[in-house]
Amino acid sequence: MSATTVPATWNKARQQPGRLARLFDYKPFLVFACLLPALGLLGVFLTYPLGLGIWLAFTDTTIGRRGVWIGFENFEYLFTDPIFWNAVFYSVFYTGVATLGKFALGLWLALLLNNHLPLKSLLRAIILLPWIVPTVLSAIAFWWIYDPQFSIISYLAVDVLGVRTTNFDFLGSAWPARWSLIAANIWRGIPFVAISLLAGLQTISPSLYEAALLDGSTPWQRFRYITFPMLMPILAIVMTFSIIFTFTDFQLVYAITRGGPVNSTHLLATLAFQRGIPGGQLGEGAAIAVSMIPFLIFATLFSYFGLARRKWQQGEGND
Amino acid sequence: MTEAATKANGSSPPPETMAWDSRSRRVVMVYVPLACFVLILLFPFYWMTITAFKPNAELYDYKRYNPFWIGSPTLDHLYMLLFETAYPRWLWTTMLVAVCATVLSLVSSTLAAYAIQRLRFRGSGYVGLAIYLAYLVPPSILFIPLATMVFQLGLFDTPFALILTYPTFLIPFCTWLLIGYFKSIPYELEECALMDGATRLQILRRITLPLAVPGLISAGIFSFTLSWNEFIYALAFIQSSENKTVPVAILTELVTGDVYQWGALMAGSLLGSLPVALFYSFFVDYYVSSLTGAVKE
Repeated sequence: MSATTVPATWNKARQQPGRLARLFDYKPFLVFACLLPALGLLGVFLTYPLGLGIWLAFTDTTIGRRGVWIGFENFEYLFTDPIFWNAVFYSVFYTGVATLGKFALGLWLALLLNNHLPLKSLLRAIILLPWIVPTVLSAIAFWWIYDPQFSIISYLAVDVLGVRTTNFDFLGSAWPARWSLIAANIWRGIPFVAISLLAGLQTISPSLYEAALLDGSTPWQRFRYITFPMLMPILAIVMTFSIIFTFTDFQLVYAITRGGPVNSTHLLATLAFQRGIPGGQLGEGAAIAVSMIPFLIFATLFSYFGLARRKWQQGEGND
Repeated sequence: MTEAATKANGSSPPPETMAWDSRSRRVVMVYVPLACFVLILLFPFYWMTITAFKPNAELYDYKRYNPFWIGSPTLDHLYMLLFETAYPRWLWTTMLVAVCATVLSLVSSTLAAYAIQRLRFRGSGYVGLAIYLAYLVPPSILFIPLATMVFQLGLFDTPFALILTYPTFLIPFCTWLLIGYFKSIPYELEECALMDGATRLQILRRITLPLAVPGLISAGIFSFTLSWNEFIYALAFIQSSENKTVPVAILTELVTGDVYQWGALMAGSLLGSLPVALFYSFFVDYYVSSLTGAVKE
């Protein structure tokens, strides 16, 4: 009995793989087949639209009508448009201030979390929550916190602390609205920065600090000459991502102010949306979106040199 | 020299006082700021929850009721949301889109990452770099041309428009995450299998993928969260009320007129955040590892 089954299984193992299997063992085909879905999707829905967007920026396309090439007319028009310049100004201002705030507070939080704390993993989980929850939904919560009549911050300031006599008007005029949006953006960005930097902090060897302690360094010196340079590579990458995604932010502003009051809080992305989709001026919207690209290239180069510096600092090979 | 001497003096006080001193110092320097951070980071969620269960009478009267607490909790807002709006339908659409986009991107990025990291063909480094650069292209500059494409393809106002466009930001992220994971799997295991006569696909299915399960889970939950949170594409490509995703629907369908239904809005936000928050609470460590892993790569 056993004598008959053993050769049978042995034969089966010896079976030649089918034609399809052999095709998949042919390396060039395998590489092609493996890369096809990812590169196909990215090519069709990312690279092509990127080119199409640049082309649209030079046409007068509107919804329902194919445009013709009009050269730089869209850009010439935008350069005379104060609302566009206001959006450029606010995008840069918003990115600058929010990034500064996020990194200052995020680094502080990361340094705090790097201590020996009870319930550390629970704490880390709680801190990451603002980043997990859909931005629009937390933005709606901020909208309610910034309500002119029933703002809880106004309630605290007026009725509990008594430091003010009138409610704050968070979103009613230009500058308070701008600062309110920046505050909401910082609130949302802190967790990402803090947790990424915490990961960077944990890779720094304690022996460096011990050596510095023996040499009689002050806490500031330890931060300035050990923590900060060792954190630099990860800081550069996180900052690049943060700058790119803050500069092209859409959700927060759209949910809270929709660019108002009187267009004072438009970012380039919200302005592009407003002109392009509800306004129907696809060409003009695309031109606004395309004008973000120089800033993005700048941020990417920043990232590239940050990475290059890491290799130089840590003596890593190119991999 | 003198500095060293003062330092030696400074550390000489009896150990008890020093212990007390360093402990109070620790409280002021670490615990107090940390408590402030946690309070501020969590307050909007607390406020959201409190508002969602407050009756309207309390909601708009801070003089008689303490706004930080609920006098008589009510489910009215939640009831209105679930039975008088299309909220369940929005939840379902969002879930469908998020799951399909995640599966699609996970499959394609697993294959791509395997090819780039393990098959080592000529130019694999450049393909990896190109995919990394794709991650730096934000949706805000793509939505207008994509809207025209979606319209021409006849996908406008269907879930397919979202399922096919979400992978543009999911695939680069997942691919990079998985390249990092595949790197950590010893190459010798695959060589052994090759010696034993396994085909490449068998190696991928029987050896590499089972070992990369933590990476796949990280990439999967991350993609799910990102698709759940996506806003601009869903806003631009979907028009009819019943096909909207939760974030878009709350903002465009529940905000009507000048009087905002804050109770219902907050209930909707709470309920819309709940699935990702639950998901998150089960897989916290994967989130943290994928977040930090992707940044380090």
